[in-house]
Amino acid sequence: MTATTLRPPARAAHRDGGLTGAGPLLRLWLRRDRIMMPAWIYGLTAYVSSNAYSFGREYDTPEALASFTRGINDNPSTRALYGPVLNGGTADGLTVWRIGATGAAFTAVMCVLLVVRHTRAEEEAGRLELVGAAAVGRRAPLTAALLTAVTAAAALAAVVTGVLVLFGLPAAGSAALGLSWFGSGLVFAGVAAVAAQLAETSRAANGLAFTVLAAAYLVRAAADAAPAHWLSWLSPIGWAQHVRPCAGEQWAVLLLPLAASLLLVAAAYALTGRRDLGAGILAPSPGPATAAPSLRGPLALSRRLQRGTLLGWSAGFLVYGLVVGGIAAGAGDLAGDNAAIADDIRRLGGQRNITDALLATAMGIMALFAAAYAVQSVQRLRAEESGGRLEPVLATAVGRVRWALSGLAVTVAGTVVLLALAGAAVGLVHGARTHDLGGQLPRQLGAALAQLPSVWVIAAAAFLLFAALPRAASAGWAVLTVCLLLGQVGPLLDLPQAVLDVSPFTHTPKLPGGEFSVLPLAALTAAAAALAAAGLTAFRRRDIG
Amino acid sequence: MDDVVEAEGLVKTFGRTRALDGLGLSVRPGEVHGFLGPNGAGKSTAIRVLLGLMRADAGTARLLGGDPWLDATALHRRLAYVPGDVTLWPNLSGGEVIDLLGRLRGGLDERRRTELLGRFELDPRKRGRAYSKGNRQKVALVAAFASDAELLILDEPTSGLDPLMEEVFQECVREERRAGRTVLLSSHILDEVEALCDRVTIIRRGATVETGTLADLRHLTRTSVHAELAGPPDGIPLPGAHDVRIDGTSITFEVDTPQLDSALQQLTRIGVRALTSRPPTLEELFLRHYADDLAGEAAS
Repeated sequence: MTATTLRPPARAAHRDGGLTGAGPLLRLWLRRDRIMMPAWIYGLTAYVSSNAYSFGREYDTPEALASFTRGINDNPSTRALYGPVLNGGTADGLTVWRIGATGAAFTAVMCVLLVVRHTRAEEEAGRLELVGAAAVGRRAPLTAALLTAVTAAAALAAVVTGVLVLFGLPAAGSAALGLSWFGSGLVFAGVAAVAAQLAETSRAANGLAFTVLAAAYLVRAAADAAPAHWLSWLSPIGWAQHVRPCAGEQWAVLLLPLAASLLLVAAAYALTGRRDLGAGILAPSPGPATAAPSLRGPLALSRRLQRGTLLGWSAGFLVYGLVVGGIAAGAGDLAGDNAAIADDIRRLGGQRNITDALLATAMGIMALFAAAYAVQSVQRLRAEESGGRLEPVLATAVGRVRWALSGLAVTVAGTVVLLALAGAAVGLVHGARTHDLGGQLPRQLGAALAQLPSVWVIAAAAFLLFAALPRAASAGWAVLTVCLLLGQVGPLLDLPQAVLDVSPFTHTPKLPGGEFSVLPLAALTAAAAALAAAGLTAFRRRDIG
Repeated sequence: MDDVVEAEGLVKTFGRTRALDGLGLSVRPGEVHGFLGPNGAGKSTAIRVLLGLMRADAGTARLLGGDPWLDATALHRRLAYVPGDVTLWPNLSGGEVIDLLGRLRGGLDERRRTELLGRFELDPRKRGRAYSKGNRQKVALVAAFASDAELLILDEPTSGLDPLMEEVFQECVREERRAGRTVLLSSHILDEVEALCDRVTIIRRGATVETGTLADLRHLTRTSVHAELAGPPDGIPLPGAHDVRIDGTSITFEVDTPQLDSALQQLTRIGVRALTSRPPTLEELFLRHYADDLAGEAAS
């Protein structure tokens, strides 16, 4: 052994600012992200392409452009969702409007997930301790994580710029859009870096960073809906709009995200030096020393374990319901003179009235999301089992059937809550806008609740998989995906009805506007009950663990 | 009185692995029964069968006079279980888990709960995700010891405890025995088993190789003897002795315990100046059974 290998790592770390080992770590992180990062870039590129393609195809006359722009800019709901159209004179302007703010937010989500995944999540799992014991500087892990996020955001910006140029958008506007997303990514990589120092768990760190992102999006939404345009200068998502791609680019605005991210990263580095490995700046609040009297059975336990998840989904469903309610009445104006779009919507919905068609489509989408919640909720059962937390529960006086039914009850109740919430939100906003609250509230609520039986079929199928083939429990997602594809793509491919009938969503009446009938709903509910009963029988017979 | 646990010829296979291969186990009322075997010998699988979490492919098992698979819920009211690898719900505090498990069983002694929290120095307000392995085990142990169960099934309950807490654990087990409860203690910590258990069952590759009191087991094996004699012991007959080493007038050997008496008679004929004899430790018993396995491992 030579003298050089005995040199204490601390000295080395001191000399280069605590960055020793950042290079190898960066390579390791990029390797670990070799699936996730391209998947994000691919998904967002697809999002950009489909919008660029459809706007280029469907709005090819000045009249169509003008009527669409008027429809958007006169409606506070659409302004809140996407921002105002800054340049309605060209299809390029519409493409940029449609993807600008949402894409900046998606880029931010990607960067938050990447940074937290390689900082707090690693630390929480104890792997960073292993890395830290090697010759790695204090600041190296954070630096490597930030560089990973910057690499991903830069690659995304480059690909998106290239794709937009391919679709015929001007090079300057395309680059400005790519850079505006990159800027948003930088800012939220910085936000995530700070959150990862503050919170003690990756869940809390993600939660903190996403709260900041949601606030940024809401501030921009409020500013654009009001309209009070100055307010959106306070939001990093607003900055992306103020770069004005394809609407007279303001390149200097890009300095804002650059400066903000530098400040945030400096703050994160300062915080790293002030805490121990594994600890956060914010100490987690202690729990109660004794259980509340209500925490006394498997149902109460299930409810407690899924409370947070359901709350998150509820917020999403509420916002979705409010937005759908807000834009439904203007749907006719949006399609305007554009017969192709109106035809598309009618074909998908099969109704005379375009507003009803749009609402019925939105209800169908809600059903898919509610089914996704249900699959996720059912898979908590498997997570309890494989995590070793089911065994001690079943070693008490709780029987298997009682435990499984408690989990299913929480899933079913959750789907009712979500769809009722979204349906009521649609009814309230749409009713208020059309001055028919008394009529629309029960009508939209009913339409949302009519989706429940099909959702339950998916939930029961996922439960049967868990009960009969526990190792393949995640195939519940495959069941949902197949049904989703049958519903969304099947009709366009002219698949035979017998194949389409496999999906429970095929049998749900197209409400509001379509013909209501009880029989399919009763049949779906019976099918769900049969699947669940088969699952319970299988679960009683198999080994646990 | 019937045995608390009676198992005969239990077989359980997972694919090609035979986790249990004709295992037998009997635990008498009021005793602390050590269940010994190295990792992978089938201890946890046997316990899961006894708890009705798994169904054996063959063999019979009775627990507290009932069928562990068919009467699971009713039997579980009368027992408390500490799993080998305790995982807690990340969001629930330790205190909540103790109360919840107690209520799911059907009762918890509040006074004993408070007392145990103090003795184990456990903070009940921490969240599940914040506990170390040892503290997670303490949560499960407090829940089990604060119950009024007739039978405690403890699966390697002390693998994460420090020596001070190990001491507290041993006291608690002795208190349980004094209160007339039965304890099935699976372990591979031999000192702990030697200190606590009335009877032990040693298993190897899913089958029982030895069962009985420690005295019984010692009887089946060898005692080591060292003696200083009046004269050189050359040529004395020592039936049943092994590894005999003679150094002048001192002699060291191991002898099969049933032959100990005749060996000592041979020594006293020469004249004994000093004598130490030591019964085999559990470790020696244990290693004897696993010598084949260890040799096999070394070879491969």
